[in-house]
Amino acid sequence: MDYYDPKDLKRFSEIGKFGQELMKKFFDYYNAATGEDGALTKREKALIALAVAHVKKCPYCIDAYTTQCLETGADPEQMTEALHVAASMEAGITLIHGIQMHNALEKQGAL
Amino acid sequence: MSQAHALKRKIEAIDQSDEIKYDFYKTLGDKRQELPPLSIDTLQVNVTRLCNQSCVHCHVDASPRRTEQMDLDTANRCLEILGEHDQIKNLDITGGAPELNPHFDRLVREAVKLGKRVMVRHNLTVTIDGNPVTGESKSYLPRFYAENGVEVISSLPYYQEYFTDKQRGKGVFEKSIRAILMLNAEGYGRDGSGLVLNFVYNPVGAFLPAPEKSLETDFKRELLRKHGIVFNNLYTITNMPINRFKQQLKKLGAYDEYMTKLVNAYNPAAAEGVMCRSLVSVGYDGRVYDCDFNQMLDLEIRVNGKPMTVFNFDYEGLIKRRIIFASHCFGCTAGAGSSCGGATA
Repeated sequence: MDYYDPKDLKRFSEIGKFGQELMKKFFDYYNAATGEDGALTKREKALIALAVAHVKKCPYCIDAYTTQCLETGADPEQMTEALHVAASMEAGITLIHGIQMHNALEKQGAL
Repeated sequence: MSQAHALKRKIEAIDQSDEIKYDFYKTLGDKRQELPPLSIDTLQVNVTRLCNQSCVHCHVDASPRRTEQMDLDTANRCLEILGEHDQIKNLDITGGAPELNPHFDRLVREAVKLGKRVMVRHNLTVTIDGNPVTGESKSYLPRFYAENGVEVISSLPYYQEYFTDKQRGKGVFEKSIRAILMLNAEGYGRDGSGLVLNFVYNPVGAFLPAPEKSLETDFKRELLRKHGIVFNNLYTITNMPINRFKQQLKKLGAYDEYMTKLVNAYNPAAAEGVMCRSLVSVGYDGRVYDCDFNQMLDLEIRVNGKPMTVFNFDYEGLIKRRIIFASHCFGCTAGAGSSCGGATA
């Protein structure tokens, strides 16, 4: 059995089985934040969501936002650039923690 | 073609299990919509299935190997119908690459003389490639179109090479750009010239088109910036789940997902504007259909038990007909809708 079955994405609303009201609030918020043009266009939001989906390693979201990017007019070049933003942020976040390492080294008298 | 062979083709083209699963009539009933014909503003004429390209999405299955051509008698009869009916304002010529029909130039000139608005579904690259069978040059086309005031409607899947070549074949983007620049040089797409150049976008895969106006803004900005190209309007069209595109979806195991997407995106407002309510489509052999897609599925119009052709054309009978719908019609009613003139809602 696969842990991630693509068909499960369509069952998302079932999470509301034991808390319908909260799920409704979540979906209303989610749809307003991602599914409508605002100060950011739907395409810009889709590209951000695609990058987040990769950082958080969510296969459901990668499928959904690849489609959403295409259906809002983005192309593979823009989608790939969004991934590089995410990947470089992750690299930067890892590297900036090196300062913590330096602080620890200093404390040990090794720096 | 024998009757038995024709029937076999029809059954192959329309898979009944798909029709049961994706029942357009049921959706119309659920939404309490009927969609009867409103008028016949446009005679859309498919003059050939021959094309210099073999695009992945092509609902006509057109290619350099196809041989079907409209003959002179049938083309002349189309002109007579246009002359006899003031209600039919537009002639929309399509194919294949319609310019590869030997009577194409005459059809355009005579329809213009009748005062009709003439639109041609021009694939751009035929100007550069010429006739793939005879080698005849077609480089005269941009000037010919300008001289006759033809409205040019051209497929350009994207403003970048990648998507365009993926869908239409390697090298198509570069040739398309050269052909567009020739049209621009004749005045097409330029303010005040009166020469209209519209582009058609359709998705490269199993997804719905982006909103028409936002995509048009991108196309205009990028094509001007990178290539100095100008044009009038961008039409977005949904890929129809028939023929070559349907086979591709089935092969990828994506057919049901695509159909579900189309069904879920059914938009009653888009359905009200479907093109079959205001045009009829003529095949190369003169048979009359509700649209070019029904034509490719051999879903011919029958009035009083007889197939309608240009030789027994009956305007009143056509206005009273029941349009034939099937599962592919969900392609025209999804989201913002889809027609030969782009979104319908």
